[in-house]
Amino acid sequence: MALFESLTGRLQAITERMRGRTRVTEQDLKAMTREIRLALLEADVNYQVVRDLVADINERCAGMEVMESLTPGQQVVKYVHEAIVDLLSIGNNKLALSPSGFTVIMLYGLQGSGKTTMAAKLARHLKETGRRPLLTSVDVHRPAAALQLEILAQPLGVEVYSEPQNRDAVEIARNAVARARYLMRDVLIVDTAGRMTVDNELMDELKAIAAVVKPTQKLLIVDAMIGQEAVNIALAFDQAVGLDGYIMTKLDGDARGGAALSIAKMTGKPIKFIGTGERVEDIEAYDPERMASRILGMGDVLSLIEKASRHLDEKKAQQTLERLQKNQFSLQDMLEQFEQVQKMGSLRDLVGMIPGVNQKKLAETDVDDSIVDRNMAIIRSMTPRERENPKLLNASRRRRIALGSGTTVQQVNQLVNQYEQTARMMRSFTGGGSKRGRRRGRGGLPGMGGFPF
Amino acid sequence: MSLLNRFRKGLEKTRNFISEGIRQLQVALGHYDEEMLDELEMLLVQADLGVPAATQVMDRVRAAIRSERNDREDFVHARLAAAVQEILGPKRELRLAPDRLNILLLVGVNGSGKTTTAGKLALRYGREGKRVLLAAADTFRAAAIEQLEVWSERSGAPMIRHATGADPAAVVFDAISAARARSADVLIVDTAGRLQTKQNLMAELAKIRRIIGREAPDALCQTLLTLDATTGQNALSQARLFSEAAEVNGLILTKLDGNSKGGIAVAVAWTLPEIPILLAGLGEGAEDLMDFDPEAFARSLLPEPRNG
Repeated sequence: MALFESLTGRLQAITERMRGRTRVTEQDLKAMTREIRLALLEADVNYQVVRDLVADINERCAGMEVMESLTPGQQVVKYVHEAIVDLLSIGNNKLALSPSGFTVIMLYGLQGSGKTTMAAKLARHLKETGRRPLLTSVDVHRPAAALQLEILAQPLGVEVYSEPQNRDAVEIARNAVARARYLMRDVLIVDTAGRMTVDNELMDELKAIAAVVKPTQKLLIVDAMIGQEAVNIALAFDQAVGLDGYIMTKLDGDARGGAALSIAKMTGKPIKFIGTGERVEDIEAYDPERMASRILGMGDVLSLIEKASRHLDEKKAQQTLERLQKNQFSLQDMLEQFEQVQKMGSLRDLVGMIPGVNQKKLAETDVDDSIVDRNMAIIRSMTPRERENPKLLNASRRRRIALGSGTTVQQVNQLVNQYEQTARMMRSFTGGGSKRGRRRGRGGLPGMGGFPF
Repeated sequence: MSLLNRFRKGLEKTRNFISEGIRQLQVALGHYDEEMLDELEMLLVQADLGVPAATQVMDRVRAAIRSERNDREDFVHARLAAAVQEILGPKRELRLAPDRLNILLLVGVNGSGKTTTAGKLALRYGREGKRVLLAAADTFRAAAIEQLEVWSERSGAPMIRHATGADPAAVVFDAISAARARSADVLIVDTAGRLQTKQNLMAELAKIRRIIGREAPDALCQTLLTLDATTGQNALSQARLFSEAAEVNGLILTKLDGNSKGGIAVAVAWTLPEIPILLAGLGEGAEDLMDFDPEAFARSLLPEPRNG
């Protein structure tokens, strides 16, 4: 459960009691070990793996000097983090491509783990890196599976080979290889059927398909939310069909993804990619450091920065900055800022990625995205002239705007006040292009003061 | 096959896992000691019960051992099953109102089995002779509408749909008037999968719920959360946040057979006792979507106490 206090906080409480002593006692260690074990189990790390890991961490902590750091709790967390990163840094995280020039990537996994979406994401990723992929769906079980792949692939300009009437997955797979070779594609991505159970029937079908397509990479798709069974599933696939690595999906939610640790430890196979959203571009390279932070519930500042830089429009930011310096920050600029913020996702998601933000408190606080929506609606109900010159906004105009945006006059007043404050603050920062102003402007996100929280 | 046997078959792997774990404990002369009880607790954690629920179960077992002064293996195992069943609570079924429109709103995270469950429910109620209508309110995922359409054909239940990308609330709005016009008994609404942390998508669910309340105030609307039983402790976050957004009336535990450990049912019941588990998916067929039976579940999860 993500809503627990952070491990750091809990360990800190234990180490508070150690003040004045120089060495960590057996008893302290025991108490800390308990907290670490609980934190890992809450993150769905497999129990056997937790046991081994805790032994490793104990060793690392045994000789720790309390005085070494002012915050021994953090020191311990650092050891835990390091131990997890070591475990997660197994194998090669890059997708292996065949030296023959024709690579086959076969995806498999349980029902609902996100195979089809990931197939499209991989196709997009490969196309962007200069490959010519062909997709195929050999899922003859789930209704409309092939159609789903086609719809996802269509805007990418990647062709999908499918035979909706054919119930023979192996035959479709064979034909897909022939098709890919005929079209001179260099990568074939095979999306297989998911099953509820890892049973012989599924394994036989996968083996038969693998025998026909001769995959360069056999990748298991794992849902980040999966529980203690993850290891057995991974091992079962590894033993029956073989496993070159895996892809963890749905990491955009609050699942801690402890399965990543379990699978790394028990199969020794690397994560190749992670899925971080429903859109085809939501695929990211895997980073053990970040995954370790996530499992420990430590927030993810790197993701935050990446998200911000991916969605912030540099040019627009520059324009806003220039307008700020010329004292021309208008409601239109404010609207554009709101739009940029929205592109990054929900405010709660963003705030949640900041380390040190107490997840429990966050859940209780009212980080309300609807305020941004509401404010955008209000500005959109203004005429262009009003947006450029808010002084025009008299009582009757404000009434009209409230009506147009489905808000109240008070809410309109609030927004205008907020705008004026922001504009004033901006002026004091940028004050006629002073040194200080320029430095600030280039470094940070312009208009942070305009955020509604 | 009886209900108990269905659960026993579905939870076979977990039961074998726990049995094997207990066998390895080599309970000395048939008596449990404190250390063995700790190991038993860890077996429960490994079955996805999570730490709080596993601790709760074992606290009850320990209390019984103390008060009855009995630490025999059979007694401990019997109390274990009893404790699990207690936490799961009484059997609660998904009930339809006989005299008015029933709306079943299916919600859940991506891949938890909403569309499939919608189809199976349509088949189930169709077989019972009810007039069923499906609403394809998952307008986001590629081919979700087509997937439900296959179920519509299989079950003979007509389906109300808009184009992909349409406002799901509008689909629901139309489906309600269609259900009225055809005097349907059951309207099953399939919604798009969403992770519980996506606030805007959760707000969309709240809106759908509001529209149902406004457009069909006389209907009985039940929001059902589909929960993949393979899920770990994140299921608690799912149950909590979906309830906040859309007043969840009950849970459907999908994919309980096969690869799930199943213990998450106990974790959810312990953490959120106000949300009953109503149905369990114990196989791929439509008839495998069964009423959730706490007694059968508890007896199937744990090894049967040996008699005599």
